[in-house]
Amino acid sequence: MNNILAIETSCDETAAAIVADGVAIKANIIASQIATHRRFGGVVPEIASRRHMEDIVPVVEEALATAGLAFPDLDAVAVTYGPGLVGALLVGLAYAKSLAYALDKPLIGVHHLLGHIYAGFLQYPHLPLPAVCLVVSGGHTNLVYLQSHTERRILGSTRDDAAGEAFDKVARVLGLPYPGGPELEKLARAGDARAISFPRAWLEEGSLDFSFSGLKSAVINYLHHARQIGTEVNRADVAASFQAAVVEVLVAKTIQAARQGAARAILLAGGVAANGALRGELTAAGQEAGVPVFCPPPILCTDNAAMIACAAYYQYLRRDFAPLDLNAIPDLTLY
Amino acid sequence: MLVLGVDSSTQVAGVALMDDDRLVAELFFNTQKNHSQRLLPMLAAMLREVGVQVADLDGLAVSLGPGSFTGLRIGLATVKGLAHPAQKPVAGIPTLDSLAWNAWEVPGLVCPVLCARRDEVYTALYRWQEGEICRLTPYQALDPHSLVTSLESYTQPVYFLGDGVTSYWEAWQSLGPRARFLPSTGTLPRAAQIARLGWQRLRAGAADDIFQLKPFYLRPSPAERQARSK
Ligand SMILES: [Zn+2]
Repeated sequence: MNNILAIETSCDETAAAIVADGVAIKANIIASQIATHRRFGGVVPEIASRRHMEDIVPVVEEALATAGLAFPDLDAVAVTYGPGLVGALLVGLAYAKSLAYALDKPLIGVHHLLGHIYAGFLQYPHLPLPAVCLVVSGGHTNLVYLQSHTERRILGSTRDDAAGEAFDKVARVLGLPYPGGPELEKLARAGDARAISFPRAWLEEGSLDFSFSGLKSAVINYLHHARQIGTEVNRADVAASFQAAVVEVLVAKTIQAARQGAARAILLAGGVAANGALRGELTAAGQEAGVPVFCPPPILCTDNAAMIACAAYYQYLRRDFAPLDLNAIPDLTLY
Repeated sequence: MLVLGVDSSTQVAGVALMDDDRLVAELFFNTQKNHSQRLLPMLAAMLREVGVQVADLDGLAVSLGPGSFTGLRIGLATVKGLAHPAQKPVAGIPTLDSLAWNAWEVPGLVCPVLCARRDEVYTALYRWQEGEICRLTPYQALDPHSLVTSLESYTQPVYFLGDGVTSYWEAWQSLGPRARFLPSTGTLPRAAQIARLGWQRLRAGAADDIFQLKPFYLRPSPAERQARSK
């Protein structure tokens, strides 16, 4: 059995996981810092880095204890080396590198976005390829075409805000507490998605890129205008209408990408994949288009290390190991 | 007792190996600040050269700070990763204490100064007494001119060292002939001092707990500072 210990510290979760053979999650430990960052209204990089430093050893220890394994049982050490907050990445990376060196086991550097994608293979190891994967989180909005485990290309990306970032910013102007995305979804459930017609940014004909900053501005202008003329705003309607605008574009472009690439599956990944409206709409649209939609459970969609271990397993199989001078790359791109 | 010392608190990356009080090996790079890429490979190269494996180490020592926040974390995270599997004892050593050792037995005050951004230096004042270094003031972040003003109340010569020496050269000169400086070979942090002070600590059984050990930042994060001043 192949046991990979993975470490993920790219943002505000200190996470360690042990996954056997790329599918069996033996431990998936996440020390969240949400409570720490809440009073600042967002993730503070220096504070995140400090917390990772304090939590890294206890989190790894808990992963081993949960898995019932000891260090010698590990076959490789995997770590996220980008993209993310550089100071935060460096803590997990420096620890993972010296751990791999001390254990004399291979080191595997994993792209964070690839981790999100492989959350899908963790849950559905036989997910058919080629697949189109929509990765949506606070940091990313990408459509990725997966030809095989080694061949992939980016079909489209956001040109400004990430989808999750737009959720968080709109949640903030609606006065919702941090982190705003899930709060906004909750509020939207009580609203009418057709109440306000916010703009959809389709961009040029055929483009699979995204843009959410115009939509965000439209919401801010709407609230500002209402305040000026002194009308009461139905916040739930605003939330629902905003969410509908985001979801409609995400779903339509994903289906378009799946059709163009003759994809045999659609995979939804990233923190925003936990959004119920997005999951529901995409599943329905996939059904209509005859392409099955796969959504890993929310715990695997938000940042975690099990997804990193799964991605690392496929790298392990082809001996894609990293040298000890592996560096953190905050703006690492997916090739 | 084999003790590995690691220092990445400034632009210097250093690793050293002590066997009790014998310095076995040391690597020191004051070239570019690229600790994330360089620290572990140089550590591995040094141990390979002397035929020592991580498993052979009896303990590890690391420069705890104050210093560059990121540099301190790279050093400590590296040491935690090395020490964790076999639960090897670790000693976190105050960076300014280790620097003061570079000025061994100088006749007067020892004043390490490390660049701390915001036009301040991390500093503390020391004096040698019967072969032991005694710290006279708390660890502080101070602007160089306030530090010089506080030094005016002493009469002894003051030996400055650290990467803040050249950065604030004129400030130290303003102390007049009492200002003395360590030679360039002894002015920057040395992993050998970290390893040696670590050996002394570990020999006395005073290891730190790697489950809790964190850098000695001396300063809160800027966000916390702002939140406090509101
Ligand atoms: Zn993520």
